[in-house]
Amino acid sequence: MALKPLKLDVRPLIAREVYVLAAGFVLASAAHLLRMPNWLGGLVVATVLLRIYLAARDQPLPGKWLLALVAFGTAAGILLEYRTLLGREAGVSLLVVMLSLKLLEGRSQRDGILLATLGFFLLVTNFLYSQTILTGLYMLGCAWLLIVALVTLQFTVRWPGWKIPALRAGALLVQALPLMLVLFLLFPRIQGPLWGLPHDAYAGLTGLSDNMSPGSLNSLIQSDAVAFRAEFRGRIPEAPALYWRGPVLWDYDGQTWTAPRFVFNVNEMPETAGPTIEYTVTVEPHNKRWLFALEMPVMRPPSSFLTRDMQLLSTTPVRSRMRYDMSSRLLPAYGADDTEVMLQRALQLPKGYNPRTLQLAAELRRRHSDDRRLVDEVLQTFRNENYVYTLSPPLLGQHAVDEFLFDTRRGFCEHYSSAFTFLMRAAGIPARVVTGYQGGQINPVGEYVLIRQADAHAWAEVWFQDSGWVRVDPTAAVSPARVERGIASALPSTDPLPIFVRGNFAALQSLRLTWDSITYSWNQWVLGYSPERQRRFLSSLGFDDATWQKLAVLLVVGAGLALLIGATLVLRDLRAVRGDAARALYDRFCRRLARLGLRAGAAEGPLAFAERAAGLRPELAAWLRAVTGQYVAIRYGGDRSVLALRELKRRIKEK
Amino acid sequence: MDTLRTLRQNVLNWMFQWRGPESGAIVLSQRRVFILPSKHGLLLALVVVLILIGSTNYDLSLGFVLAFLLAAAGCQAMLHTFRNLAKLHITAGRSEAVFAGDTALFTMHLANPTRAARYAVAVTADRNLADHVDVPAEGSASAVVEIPALRRGWLRPGRLMLVTRFPAGLFRAWSYAEPDVRCLVYPAPATPGLPLPPSAAGDGEGGEQGQGQEEFSGLRPYRPGDAPRHIAWKAVARDDTLVTKQFAGRAPLELWLRWDALPQTMDVESRLSHLTRWVIEAERGQSAYGLRLPGETVAPGNGPAHRNNCLRALALHGTETAQT
Repeated sequence: MALKPLKLDVRPLIAREVYVLAAGFVLASAAHLLRMPNWLGGLVVATVLLRIYLAARDQPLPGKWLLALVAFGTAAGILLEYRTLLGREAGVSLLVVMLSLKLLEGRSQRDGILLATLGFFLLVTNFLYSQTILTGLYMLGCAWLLIVALVTLQFTVRWPGWKIPALRAGALLVQALPLMLVLFLLFPRIQGPLWGLPHDAYAGLTGLSDNMSPGSLNSLIQSDAVAFRAEFRGRIPEAPALYWRGPVLWDYDGQTWTAPRFVFNVNEMPETAGPTIEYTVTVEPHNKRWLFALEMPVMRPPSSFLTRDMQLLSTTPVRSRMRYDMSSRLLPAYGADDTEVMLQRALQLPKGYNPRTLQLAAELRRRHSDDRRLVDEVLQTFRNENYVYTLSPPLLGQHAVDEFLFDTRRGFCEHYSSAFTFLMRAAGIPARVVTGYQGGQINPVGEYVLIRQADAHAWAEVWFQDSGWVRVDPTAAVSPARVERGIASALPSTDPLPIFVRGNFAALQSLRLTWDSITYSWNQWVLGYSPERQRRFLSSLGFDDATWQKLAVLLVVGAGLALLIGATLVLRDLRAVRGDAARALYDRFCRRLARLGLRAGAAEGPLAFAERAAGLRPELAAWLRAVTGQYVAIRYGGDRSVLALRELKRRIKEK
Repeated sequence: MDTLRTLRQNVLNWMFQWRGPESGAIVLSQRRVFILPSKHGLLLALVVVLILIGSTNYDLSLGFVLAFLLAAAGCQAMLHTFRNLAKLHITAGRSEAVFAGDTALFTMHLANPTRAARYAVAVTADRNLADHVDVPAEGSASAVVEIPALRRGWLRPGRLMLVTRFPAGLFRAWSYAEPDVRCLVYPAPATPGLPLPPSAAGDGEGGEQGQGQEEFSGLRPYRPGDAPRHIAWKAVARDDTLVTKQFAGRAPLELWLRWDALPQTMDVESRLSHLTRWVIEAERGQSAYGLRLPGETVAPGNGPAHRNNCLRALALHGTETAQT
C-alpha cells in the first residue's frame, strides 16, 4: 500500500470536486450574473464551463500568465463599464469575475477549500440587493452546497457517493441552528454604517418625492411595492380617515409642485386633548427623510422632528427598514396662528399661467365673501359637473390647470389637488398640496394595514381665518369610492393597475395577504432586528441597563448552552454499541478478579479462563460461570438486547 | 537544565497522555484526542468576521444570520472532527521481520465500536507520510505504518500519531498511540559477500550423521527447523508426536557458518552481515547448515524456519534481548 503525504492539501482537485464547487459558485452568483452587463456575465459563464470541461476531460489548466492577463483585462473592462471599481455594482462584478478565474485556476485541494470559503462571502453580496424570505432560503441552499463542497474535498480514501457529504453538510447546518439563534439575538450589534456606502447603494428605491410633476404620481400608483405597514393598537380607523401624511408641497411653477428646501421646525408638539390613535409603523426604505403618520401626528419617533406644516422628518434618509411607534389624533383643523410669511407663501402663484382659472377665481370671490362657501361651491362643481376620475388622462399643455378644469376634465388626485390648490390661491385663500398615501389594505392574517405605493395620493389643505389649516380632498368629491374603498374600486377596470391591487382573484388575494403577513413577521423579527430592537429584547428579558459585561456573560452562557445541545447531538454517536457495553462490564469483572489474584492469560478465552479460575477458587465457580456464560451469549451469541445486558450487570453484582 | 527538561517532558507526557508502549487495544478516549483549528478554519473565521463587519456597515440582517450560521456550523464541525477520532481502538498486528536497510511494515488495526463511521483518518509515524483509512461504523480497517529499519535487533514503531480533518477541514484532531509491538530486523546481508566456506562431513557435534536426503533410513524425533516435507505424517497420525524421516545416502555434507571463519580484523557488525549473507546463500543450497556464534550455536538444519532461527540469532547477537 502506498502511503500518501500526511498533509493532502496540495493534492490535485478531481472532477467531482470541480463540479460541486462550480455548482456552488454559479448558484451563489446567479442573481449577479443576470444583473451584469452581458459581456461580463458571458465571460464568467464561459470560464466556469471551460473549467468543467477541463476537469471532465482531465486536461491541463491554462497557464498563470494567461489568467493574469485575462484578470487584468476584465478589471479594466469593469472600470470602463462602471467608471469605478468601488461601487456596489462594480465591486460585486469584480468579486464574481475574480472568483470565477480562481475556479479556473484552482488545481489543488487547498484552492478548492479557499474557493468554497470565499463563496460564503459571495453569498452575502446577494443581500445587498434583496433580503426577502425567498432570497434567504435560496442562500441557505447555496451555503449548504458550499459546505457539501467542503466535505467532498475531505474524502481521501474512498468516495462514498454524494449522499454522505450531502447529509453531513445538512447535519452541520441543522445542528448549528441553536447556536446561530443565540448569537443572532445576543451578539452585540453596532449601528452602521461604519464607513461610507457606495454612491449607488440606494439606487432603485421607490417612494414619494419632494415634488409632484405631471405623471410622477402615476408611475408610483402603477407599483404594488409595499410603502409601509401599520399595526394598530385598538380598532383600525375607517378607510376615509386613513390619510397618511407625507411631503407638503408649497411652491408651484406652472408645472411642478415642490416642497420648500428648508423646513419650518417646531420644537413642541401641538397642544391637544382627547383620544388618540396608537399604532406602529414599519416603513420600507425609500431613501428620503419622510416618515408617514396619520393626520395629525401628536408625537415623534426618536431621531426625527415634526415641522410646522406637520411633516414628520427623520434626521437621516430612511435607508433601512424602520419601525416606530406613533400616535395621532383626527384633528379637524390646526395652525390657526401661522405667521404672515407662511400664509403669503401659500398664496404665491406663477405669473402668466392659467388665465381662465384666475378669471373663475375672481368670479367666485365676487359671489362669496365667506371662504368656506367658496370652497364648498368648488367641490360642488367637481361633484356635479362632468369630471372623471381616471389614471390615463389626456396630456396637458402649458396652461395645465385651465385645460384640466375647462376642457379635458379627466384626471386623478394629482390633477384635482393641483387644480384645486391653484384655484384657492387665485381666490385669495392660502392653500397647499399635501402628498402621502390614502387608505391601505387591511391584512386579516396579521391584523395590520398594508400600504402600497399604489395607495399614493395627493390632496389639498386650505387655511381659514377662524380655525387654521383644514384638509380638503377634491378627489373625494369627484370619486368618493377612491377614499372609501380604495383606488381599485374608483377606476374603470380598463385602467392599468397592479394585479394585486385590484383584488379580482379572491383566492390569489388571500394567498397574497398570508404571504405578506409572513413577510411582515420576517421584516419585524429578522430584518428589523436592529441594535435598538436588541436592547428592547434584552430589557424584555430583564436586562434593562445591559452593560457590556452583563451582555458578555449572557452571550457566553447562552452560547455555552447552545454548544452543549450541539455537542449532545454529535457526541451521542460515540456511546458504545451494546456488544461493547458488555465488553466494558466484562472488563470491570476481570479487574475485580485480578484483585482476587485471578488473571486471564494472554491467549485465554473467557470460557477457558472461567474454568481455570473455577478450579483455583471452587467457591466462586458458579458465579464465574454465570457471568462468563452471559457475557459470551451477548458478545458472541448476538443477543444484543437491553435485557441481556441488564442480566449481565445483575450477575456481576451477585458477588 | 536537566530538571527543566524533565519537567517539560512530564508536562508534555501529562498533556498529551504519553504513557509509553501500551499492550492490547489502545482506546483513543476523549481525553486523548486533541483538536485545534486548521489554517482553513482560521480562514473561515476571517471570512465570518469580514461578513460581520460588512453586515454592520450595510445593515444586512441576513448577513448577520449567515455569519452566525457559519460560525455555529464551524463549532459543530469541530465536534464532528473530534468525533471522527475519539473512541477508536488501535491494535497492532503482526509484523514480518525485515533486513536492516529495508522498511519495516507495521499493520495497525483500527476498530470502531461506535455508530459513527470514521472517514479519512491518517496514521503516521513520522508526520510526513501517512496511511489514510476509513473505518466503518462498528467495523474495522487496517493501516500500515512504514518505519525504515536502520539497525539489526528489535524495532518499535514508536509513538504513532492519528490525524483527521474530516468532515470540513476546518479543524485538525490528533491523538497519540504507542502500541507495544516490535519487529525483528535482521542484519543487512553483506554486499558483496565472502564465498561460502566449504561444506564438510558431519563432525558429530549435532549428531546428525546420515541425514542426507537420498534414501529413507529411519525416523527420529522432530526438531524445530526440520522441513515439513520430511515429517512422517503417517507416524504422526499414529503416535501423536512429531517424527522426522531420515534419509541415508552418501555421506551427508554439513555446512558450518562460523564466526571464527571470518577474518580477525572484521568488526562485529560486518561479521554479522557476512554471516547473514552466508545464511541466505546456504539456504539456497540443499545441504544442512549450522551457525556458530560466540556463546550461541544453532544446530545444522534446513528450511525457512531454520533460516529464520539463524537470522534471529544474528539479529539479536549481543543485544540484551538475546538472552531472554
